[in-house]
Amino acid sequence: MPKGTYEVKVGLAEMLKGGVIMDVTSAEQALIAEGAGACAVMALERIPADIREDGGIARMSNPSMIRQIQKAVSIPVMAKCRIGHFAEAQILESLEVDYIDESEVLTPADERNHIWKHDFKIPFVCGARDLGEALRRIAEGAALIRTKGEAGSGNIVEAVRHMRTINKQISRLKELDEAELVSESKDYGAPLSLVQQVSKLGKLPVPNFAAGGIATPADASLMMQLGAESLFVGSGIFKSEDPDFRAKAIVVATTHYKNAEKVADASTGLKKAMKGLDISEIPDEERLQERGW
Amino acid sequence: MSIGVLELQGDFEKHHQILHTLGMESIAVRSPSDLDELEGLVIPGGESTTVSLLIDRNKLREPLKAFADIYPVLGTCAGLILMARKVLDTKVNPLGILNVVVRRNAYGRQIHSTTEELTFFEDGNSFSCPTTMIRAPRIDSTGSSTEVLGSWKGHPVAVREDRHIGLVFHPELDGVTHFHQLAFQGIKKNSTRK
Repeated sequence: MPKGTYEVKVGLAEMLKGGVIMDVTSAEQALIAEGAGACAVMALERIPADIREDGGIARMSNPSMIRQIQKAVSIPVMAKCRIGHFAEAQILESLEVDYIDESEVLTPADERNHIWKHDFKIPFVCGARDLGEALRRIAEGAALIRTKGEAGSGNIVEAVRHMRTINKQISRLKELDEAELVSESKDYGAPLSLVQQVSKLGKLPVPNFAAGGIATPADASLMMQLGAESLFVGSGIFKSEDPDFRAKAIVVATTHYKNAEKVADASTGLKKAMKGLDISEIPDEERLQERGW
Repeated sequence: MSIGVLELQGDFEKHHQILHTLGMESIAVRSPSDLDELEGLVIPGGESTTVSLLIDRNKLREPLKAFADIYPVLGTCAGLILMARKVLDTKVNPLGILNVVVRRNAYGRQIHSTTEELTFFEDGNSFSCPTTMIRAPRIDSTGSSTEVLGSWKGHPVAVREDRHIGLVFHPELDGVTHFHQLAFQGIKKNSTRK
């Protein structure tokens, strides 16, 4: 019974394409997300904007809260564990969450090592700022990559930077010969086999989603047009003044991302988006994207 | 000839690839007018709740039903759920294209997703291939005119009725072209319609 194979893990990521995965902190929010058309929810105790504001150590969510959300909705339920905290990941696996996000939004548990994700039957998603980081996570077993962006900022600029960086690095790899790929693999700190695969495919070997700072339907359209295959929306929905309406609008904008008229319609009548932060207002040590390597 | 792929949410890209492998043209369907020039439709896997909501928000429900009255439809996983007569769950409003009753996520969450080698029978031929089931639905009952092409654990996993095919698994994930060919082979190639 080949359960939990890498192909089956990537398979679920394929099913999540063209959709919106929403951060939720309660069963009530999960139901709003599901009703708005989310293709999955991310169960967490505090959304990134609140983690940023409150400070302190951010950990895996309480299992009872994850169970309540699993009970409330029928769409896939994801949950976050701290970078390197494989015991939290084991707990999430025993809860049968559908995807684990080894996330920089939580306080890292290991400053040197990410989780060896091949040991798990549950698939993992990990954040990346560039191709090297994406390939290192895939080598460890991640079945889905997302941009890190800057979570909880409501500012799309970092997600754009990360998506464009990865795209640019992939197009460069396509131009290189075999010998050059060897040296590229050394520079990226990533296995040669993965570098060769990306060069040949012209894309990552797993789906590539966007996350970190998406707050409006226009942000959704922008990231999809830049090549994101699906979107994670965190604080953007439940930090806005009209979560239900905004969630629906972002779903519509994701499906019709190439159709500006439909994105305009979806955006019409929305109340205030989350306030957001300029990246220069965030001190270096508080930038979540710097966590992990 | 052109086959449409319903692109509201899900793994539509993989279906385009399979159709191209078979030498068929394919286009994205997101609005009713996209159906105008088509001679077949794939409803891909994805989240059936999401796709069900988006079918209504994009005013596709009646156009999809009318299309299925004339042309073949192939549904995989969530696509099958949407084609069902009845879903044992109020969160999805199916189209009623196939006379089957379906239970969503009947085999459990992602940790229970699996790939199995199964054998299928149709028109006196047999065919074996890997079948990947991701949070798969289960077909709990079929109508008198529903043909069962293959089963797993005592339940049908591939059914055919009139010109339509419904699968609980994802041939597109394993590069299996068989079922797309079966669904759309009757359509003439090199037709002038595009």
